Amino acid sequence: MRKSKAVAVVMAAASTAVFAAACGSSNSSGGGSSVDWSKVTHLTASGPDSMANLVKDAEKEGQLNVITLPSNWANYGNIMKDFTAKYHIHITDAIPEGSSGQELQAVQTEKGQSRAPDVVDVGTAFAIEGAQKGYWAPYEVQSWKDIPGDAKDANGDYYADYGGYVAIGYNPAKVKVPPTSFKSLLNPAYKNMIAINGSPTSAGAAFAAVYAAALANGGSYSNITPGIQFFAKLKKIGNFVPTATGGPTTVQNGTTPILIWWDYLLASEVKPVVPGFKIVIPSDASFASYYDQAISATAPDPAAARLWEEYLYSTTGQNLWLAGYARPIELSTLVSNGTVDKSAYDSLPPAPSGGLTFPTEAQDNTAESAVTADWAKDLG
Amino acid sequence: MAESMIEVAAPEARASGARPGPVARGIRASLRWAGVLPFGAYIALGLIAPTIAIAIAAFQDSNTGATTFSNIDAALHGEYFIGLRTSIELSVLTAIVPGIFGLLIAYAIFTAKRGVVLRRVVITASGVFANFGGVPLALVFIATISTTGVVTGWIEEVFNGFDIWDHGFSLYTAFGVFFVYMYFQIPLMVLVIFPALEGLRPSWREAAQNMGAGTWQYWRYVGGPVLFPSFLGCLLLLFGGAFSAYATAEALTGGTIALTPIQIGSLLNGNVIAGQENLGYALGLIMIVIIAIVMILYTILQRRAARWLR
Repeated sequence: MRKSKAVAVVMAAASTAVFAAACGSSNSSGGGSSVDWSKVTHLTASGPDSMANLVKDAEKEGQLNVITLPSNWANYGNIMKDFTAKYHIHITDAIPEGSSGQELQAVQTEKGQSRAPDVVDVGTAFAIEGAQKGYWAPYEVQSWKDIPGDAKDANGDYYADYGGYVAIGYNPAKVKVPPTSFKSLLNPAYKNMIAINGSPTSAGAAFAAVYAAALANGGSYSNITPGIQFFAKLKKIGNFVPTATGGPTTVQNGTTPILIWWDYLLASEVKPVVPGFKIVIPSDASFASYYDQAISATAPDPAAARLWEEYLYSTTGQNLWLAGYARPIELSTLVSNGTVDKSAYDSLPPAPSGGLTFPTEAQDNTAESAVTADWAKDLG
Repeated sequence: MAESMIEVAAPEARASGARPGPVARGIRASLRWAGVLPFGAYIALGLIAPTIAIAIAAFQDSNTGATTFSNIDAALHGEYFIGLRTSIELSVLTAIVPGIFGLLIAYAIFTAKRGVVLRRVVITASGVFANFGGVPLALVFIATISTTGVVTGWIEEVFNGFDIWDHGFSLYTAFGVFFVYMYFQIPLMVLVIFPALEGLRPSWREAAQNMGAGTWQYWRYVGGPVLFPSFLGCLLLLFGGAFSAYATAEALTGGTIALTPIQIGSLLNGNVIAGQENLGYALGLIMIVIIAIVMILYTILQRRAARWLR
C-alpha cells in the first residue's frame, strides 16, 4: 500500500511536470530564457529582452488568448491566421462578438486563470477606465515613435491601433448631387435621405457623427451642442431620417441612400453590397476615432501577448488592418516609407490633412452629457 | 430534517395501509411543495435575485460604490423624467387603442356564425403576430411604408401622387412607434381577451332577453360589468408589454424620442456613456415599481373577474 501510494505520488509529480512542459509554462526550466516577460516594458536590440528571445519564449507558451475579435472585423480573421502560421502560437478568441465593456469584465473576473485575456482591443474610454483600475501592463512596441503622441498613453498602458474618420457615404444612383460637407447636407434634394448609424446616446459612430457635425458648425471638442442643433435642423427640414436599424440595411433597401458613419465601415460593410457606393470625408469636419490595444497586467501568456503587439505594429500587421479597410495608426509612416499596401490604401477616401487630434476625456464626458440631455429634447 | 422524516415515516405509511397517519399526510404536503420547487427556484434566480441586485445597485454610486440617493434623484429629473413620462404616455395609448380594437375583433370572431375555422385561424395568427417584434418588425414597416416603401408607392400610384409622408405621416416619431406597436398589441389583445368572452354564458343573454332586456341593457347591466374587469386586466397586460418594449422603438427613432428602456440601454450597454451604470439600475428600479403597481392592480381585477367566470 505504502509503496503504491509513493509510486502514485511520483507519477502524479511526473505527469504534472510533463503537463507543465506540454503547456509551455514560462517559468518551467527547460530551455527557455529566464526573462519574466510580464515585467518587460519594451524590447532591447540585444540581450535577454530581445525580439529573438521574445519569439522563442512566446513560441514556448504556444498559446494566446484574445477576446472579442470578430474575424470579419478589421481583417482580424486573416491577422490571427497569419500570426499562428508564423509563430505556431494557437489563438483562442473568446466571445468574438462581445463589447469593450465585456473585455474589461473578463480581465477582472478571469484573473489568475489560464483562459484569461492576454491582450484586448477596446474603445478609448474603456482603455482609460482599465488603466485607472490598473488592468494594463505598460508596453512600448518597437515602432512606438511612429504612433502619434495624442494616440498613446504616456505611460504605455494603451495605444491606438486602428480606426478612421467620420465620413459621408452615398449611393450615386439615388443621390444625384454628391454631398461634400456637413453643410451641403442641408440641400433640400436630400429630403428623407440621410441617416446615422444608431442613436448618439448609445452608438459610438452616431455620437461621433454629431461631434463631427459640431466641428463643422462652429462647435469644438468642448462644445458639441452645434452638432445636436445641426441634426435638429436637418430633421426639421426633413432630410434626417432617425432610423437606427444599423449598418447597410437601409442604404441597401433605398430608405436612406446617405449614411454618415466611419469611413472604414462604410468601405467594408456598405460598399460591397451597394454598387457604385461613394465615400467622402466631409470637407468641413475631420473627426477621427481609434481603438486601442493593451496587454493585461495579469496575462497568462505574457511573452505571446507582447509578441502579438509587436506583430500588429509591424509593417505586416499594419497592412493587414489596412486590407480590412481600417486605418492603421502608423499609416503615415507606411506611406512615407513606401511600404503601404497600395490597393488597400486607395480603397479608402484620402485622409484629411493635419495631424490626428482627439477630444480629451473631460471634453468627451461633457459632450456625452450634452447629447444625453438634449438629443431627444431637440429632435423629438 | 425533511430527509429523516421520510426515512422514518415511509414504513409506517405502508403499515397503516389505506389510512394515512398525520406523518404521511405531512409527506404528501411536503411532496406537493416539492412539485413547485423548480418553479420556485426559477422565480428566485430569474426574478427575485435580479430585482434585489437592481434595488441595491440603484442606491450605489457608479464609481465608488457608496450608498447614495443621487441615482434615483437623477432618474426622476430632467431627460430621465421626460423619458418616464413619455414611456408611460405611449404605453397607456398603445394599451387603450389596440385594447378596444382587439376587443371588437375578438367579439366579432366570437359571435361569428359557423366560426370555428375562422376562430382557429385568427387565434393562431394572433399568436404569431403578437410575438413579432424587435428590429425585424421595424424593418418590415420601413420596407412597407417608409418614404420609399412598397405601400407608400402603391398609395401614391392609386391616389394620383398622394404621398402620405407629405401629409404628416411619419414612422420615425412617437406616432410611428405607436403605429408599429399596434401590429403586435392588437393580436395580443385578441389572445388575452378571448377566454373572457368565452366566459360570457349564452344563458345569461337569454335570461336577460326573457326579462325584456334589449342589447344595450344587456351590455349595460350584465355583459359589461362581467367583462370590464377582464378588459381592464388585459389593458394592463398591454401596458406592461409596451412599457418594456425597446428594440423596435430604438430602431425607428434612433433615440430622438426619450423612452426609459432606451435610456437604460444607453446607460448599461452603450458605447458612448461610461461609468453611469447605476443610474441605469435606478431607472430599472423605477420601472419595476411601476410594473409592480400595474401587476397588483391586475391581480385585484382578475380576482373580481374570477368571481363571475368560475
